[in-house]
Amino acid sequence: MSDEKTHIVPYRVYAFVLVALVVLTFLSIAITGYDLGKYTVAGALIFAVVKSFLVLTYFMHLKYDKPYIKIMVGFVFAILVVTIVVTFLDYLYR
Amino acid sequence: MQSTNAVNQANYLEYRGRFKGLFGWIFSTDHKRIGLLYLYSMAVMFSVGVLLGLAMKLELLAPGKTIMDAQDYNATFTVHGVIMIFMVVVPGLPAVFGNFLLPIMIGAKDVAFPKLNLLSWWFYVAGVFLVLAALLFGPGTPDTGWTFYAPYSFKTGTNMLPAIFGAFILGFSSILTGLNFLVTIHRMRCPGLKWSKLSLFVWTLYGTAWIQLLATPVVGITLVLVALERLFGVGIFDPALGGDPILYQHLFWIYSHPAVYIMILPAMGAISEIIPTFSQKHIFGYKAIIASTMAIAFVGYLVWGHHMFTAGMSGTAQYYFSLLTFLVAIPSAIKVFNWISTMYKGSINIQTPFYWAISFIFVFMIGGLSGLVLGALAANIYVHDTAFVVGHFHYIVFGGTGFAFFAAIHYWFPKIFGRMYDKAWANIGWIVFTIGFLTLYSPMFYLGMMGMPRRYYDYLEEFHGGNILSTFGSWILATGFIIIIVNLVRSARRGEKAEMNPWKGKTLEWTVPSPPPVENFDEIPEIAEDDGPYNY
Repeated sequence: MSDEKTHIVPYRVYAFVLVALVVLTFLSIAITGYDLGKYTVAGALIFAVVKSFLVLTYFMHLKYDKPYIKIMVGFVFAILVVTIVVTFLDYLYR
Repeated sequence: MQSTNAVNQANYLEYRGRFKGLFGWIFSTDHKRIGLLYLYSMAVMFSVGVLLGLAMKLELLAPGKTIMDAQDYNATFTVHGVIMIFMVVVPGLPAVFGNFLLPIMIGAKDVAFPKLNLLSWWFYVAGVFLVLAALLFGPGTPDTGWTFYAPYSFKTGTNMLPAIFGAFILGFSSILTGLNFLVTIHRMRCPGLKWSKLSLFVWTLYGTAWIQLLATPVVGITLVLVALERLFGVGIFDPALGGDPILYQHLFWIYSHPAVYIMILPAMGAISEIIPTFSQKHIFGYKAIIASTMAIAFVGYLVWGHHMFTAGMSGTAQYYFSLLTFLVAIPSAIKVFNWISTMYKGSINIQTPFYWAISFIFVFMIGGLSGLVLGALAANIYVHDTAFVVGHFHYIVFGGTGFAFFAAIHYWFPKIFGRMYDKAWANIGWIVFTIGFLTLYSPMFYLGMMGMPRRYYDYLEEFHGGNILSTFGSWILATGFIIIIVNLVRSARRGEKAEMNPWKGKTLEWTVPSPPPVENFDEIPEIAEDDGPYNY
């Protein structure tokens, strides 16, 4: 393990990400005050996706990891997306 | 260094660490001891499950009430299912043989996170006790079936919450084991052990670990939602509150169908080890088996809806799930082809593990082909919720995972305990068990085709003959099981001392003493360029 390079992230980056997460959380609460009709869920999901992206990229160091780790995480998300799409083959065509 | 060498001279069974006696086991982070902890726990739970199964078959010996009424029968098949699925076949081969063998097979001293590994077993035990508490205390034994289907699971007056929470905890055990194995395989392979040189059992553990990691959280969340529905009536699954009960079925099967592959992939891995060893021949189509393993893991993740063909799903979803279900048969068939091709022109050494392995192929093929009947949309409607499904399910899960488990325990027994079992009694146990299995489950195909529904304590007179035969089979199977267990337990203590490599296997576990030393290897092995797991 000792021969592996570690990437040191400045505190400033973490602080920015933290602020972004807090702002996005407030925005995701604020958006519930507007009637977006059928896009309500999509709105909430977009905020969740952006927040997850920030956490994975910076707090979980994905940005600085080896490519195969990124591929594995991407694969997991692909599975999640496929699972949701397949489930909606039922709901959209019922 | 001196003390390290001294430690390595003691095998893991005799090693005395910080604790002695029982504590030396339940607080041990040694992957081999943890594997045995799982083996003993699962053996106890399996025996309970068998007794419940025997009780059900006894009830079905004759039409009408024989030994229990309808409610007790509902509770019995629920508990039988919960125990056998969540406590026996899901942990199954990975928890026992994966824990014991994975580090040795990749030339490591332990798994990546030994303490997490022990925590997994503790979670397993906690989950078992919670579920057992649900059975013994409270307003009544759960009666939903092991699937906990909504809306009944949040409407029934029986003791559901501890059972649900217990299954949730058992899921955590599975997730942690999967995570541990993934990191171990990625990070702890010995020098020279490339991915293309991994033994096939390790490859199947790898595929399984991914499924454990990705699918198990889905059922965890689903069970939490059922609990919330039950406690607060939030209206996710309850149609009266705008919920959708079919959503429950989707979420449940998104986990529980891949769970079938959690059960069967390591079983296939064990068979892929046994057949080349007893054929003394390189496995046929090594890369094809790996590709089919990963294909089963991937495609198997996306076919859950075939459990729901009659639930009211859209036609589009039905076509999709039926098509993909047929596609899963292809990689499974590739494996069978490769196993049989491995035996072709091999120097076959017929021993007990080999008997189990070839009978695995036989029953697994019957189970698989009957699965295609169920995967076909029109045929599914005809046999849905009949004894046919019970027959298919047991041929796959018990015939597949169960037979492979017995194959594996007879194969790796001398390595695990350092002693050899009585081979004559082992063979007798196998033949009695196999005859019992075929007699018990084969009539279910016929009964189902004739229209006998499953999950009823009663049936029409015309189904009597088939049920008598099936019940009789359950007694033969139980006799075989007793012979196997008595032989193994007796041999673990008093069997002949086993040599290091009694079957002339080529994988790494056969290069360490039997039983293995505490840290497996005095020096981490190096795999040469021309070495491989099946180079005979």
